Amino acid sequence: MKRMGMLCCLLILVLSALPSQAQQTPAPTTAAAASPAPADNAQAVADKLSQLDQRVTSAQSSADNAWMLVSAALVLMMTGPGLALFYGGLVRRKNVLAIMMQSFALMALITVLWALVGYSLCFGGDGPVLGNFQFAILRGVGVVPNPDYSGSIPQLTFMVYQLMFAVITPALITGATAERMKFSGTVLFMTLWFLIVYAPMAHMVWGKGGFLHASLGGKFPTLDFAGGTVVHITSGVSALVCALYMGKRVGYPKQPMPPHSLVLSFIGACLLWVGWFGFNAGSALASGGLASSAFVATHFGAAAAALSWSVAEWLNNGRASALGAISGAVAGLVAITPAAGFVGPISGLAIGVIAGAFCYWMVTKFKAVFGYDDALDAFGVHGAGGTIGALLTGVFGTMLINPIFGDGKPVGGFDGHWGQVGNQLVGVLIAWVFALVGTIVILKIVDVTTGVRVSEEHEVEGLDITQHGEEGYNLET
Amino acid sequence: MMKIEAIIQPSRFESVKDALLEIGIDGMTVTEVRGHGRQKGHTEVYRGREYTVDLLPKIKLELVLPDNLVNRAVETILKSAKTGKIGDGKIFLSRIEEAIRIRNEERGENAL
Repeated sequence: MKRMGMLCCLLILVLSALPSQAQQTPAPTTAAAASPAPADNAQAVADKLSQLDQRVTSAQSSADNAWMLVSAALVLMMTGPGLALFYGGLVRRKNVLAIMMQSFALMALITVLWALVGYSLCFGGDGPVLGNFQFAILRGVGVVPNPDYSGSIPQLTFMVYQLMFAVITPALITGATAERMKFSGTVLFMTLWFLIVYAPMAHMVWGKGGFLHASLGGKFPTLDFAGGTVVHITSGVSALVCALYMGKRVGYPKQPMPPHSLVLSFIGACLLWVGWFGFNAGSALASGGLASSAFVATHFGAAAAALSWSVAEWLNNGRASALGAISGAVAGLVAITPAAGFVGPISGLAIGVIAGAFCYWMVTKFKAVFGYDDALDAFGVHGAGGTIGALLTGVFGTMLINPIFGDGKPVGGFDGHWGQVGNQLVGVLIAWVFALVGTIVILKIVDVTTGVRVSEEHEVEGLDITQHGEEGYNLET
Repeated sequence: MMKIEAIIQPSRFESVKDALLEIGIDGMTVTEVRGHGRQKGHTEVYRGREYTVDLLPKIKLELVLPDNLVNRAVETILKSAKTGKIGDGKIFLSRIEEAIRIRNEERGENAL
């Protein structure tokens, strides 16, 4: 008690030393100051405390906001230049600008759609499947936080952070349609895909009332910290559907189609790795311990997967390739995405090891057996990695990192809650079905309007010249 | 006048050039070319897909020399380009009818 009293005195002393707005109001009369009544004194303490409270809140908000703005920028960097370079290096020289342009076009296109209706469809209202038009044209989205999602950062920050996820997700699909999809078809496809597949999926998992939401009243609480289902399964499965629907590239698999510049891909993959810290650690929506935990798990998952892919390749081919190592890192980043804020660092390593080997098997063996032309392995890495990561989140998630179901309540299988793996499975299946059905419908619509695939002559000549009227490399000029 | 065309390993190019300079030959035309003779290509593997690359990068040197320098030049190239492995390349010799220097229209060996 004595100690508490002393602390109180100290607090009041510190407070009175701090300049404040309240002190700029007219000073109390000298008479009152000379002999303060006990009631006034209590009032002054209460005022000081409420000022202190405001300042603590505002300091926390500033700290969280700083990290979240940086995270938003990092996630944008994943699309351009990260993904654009990663994919750009993997295509043949005649298609490098086309694939980069698809990523860049999405940065612009999705941003506009997001402002008009996208944000609202994902995060407005509390429907079980889709949002509403509450925030259409960003009505009411300002510096005041939206307590449903982020008590400490301006809703504008939350809005723009989530936008960057909506940008990269459809961009991932272009890895499967690479080197043969029309630009006009891509723009129409992505617009529809964002509205029909991404928005509902994001709302179901992350939106208030969404029936897969882990804490805000979901019927099947699916743990998806940063987008294993919403981002990677939806895009990866849609990529597979696109690859099957469009058919193989002319000459595949007989004609050699080696990557035209693994140097570009290498730089892109490294940028993706760095950007992913914004993606995963930023998904804590604050700059506290959970962000650190997600940051570390993310890094460990990437590193372990780069190693396990390389080892698998070494054992199979006798050599570890640069493309293998960077592909492994990306696979690990994909798989750790849903788990990042629920698992510890060593679980992060475990998830990475499993994901690296699994995705290696998917892109080298599985794809070869079924013969589909997923040109840059959008399904093999994002669909497969996202699925395995979402399921493993149910295994490795722990209340020690994130007691999302309440204090002392187990989270994942090793916590003693094996039912969570079932919940994860429901989330995974819904994402698969949603992406599958939605993408087939959208492809049909695109096919009868703009068309999906370029003509064979255009494909042979290359998309850079036929779709955009320019070339990536004019080295002789 | 003779023309020497030598297809050599890119890795030997610097030493061939230096050796030719040492015996006083400082004019040559160099082209990066691809091709193969008995040496077969190599395989590359990208995410499990194997490609056979059978055209390998080589360097082609072209020199036109007065007859009295040809033998020494050939010996020099042989010595400096040889690694002893398959893929070291070939030397072709052919007779040249005429040579003209564009700047001052000198002809014959004077133009070399």
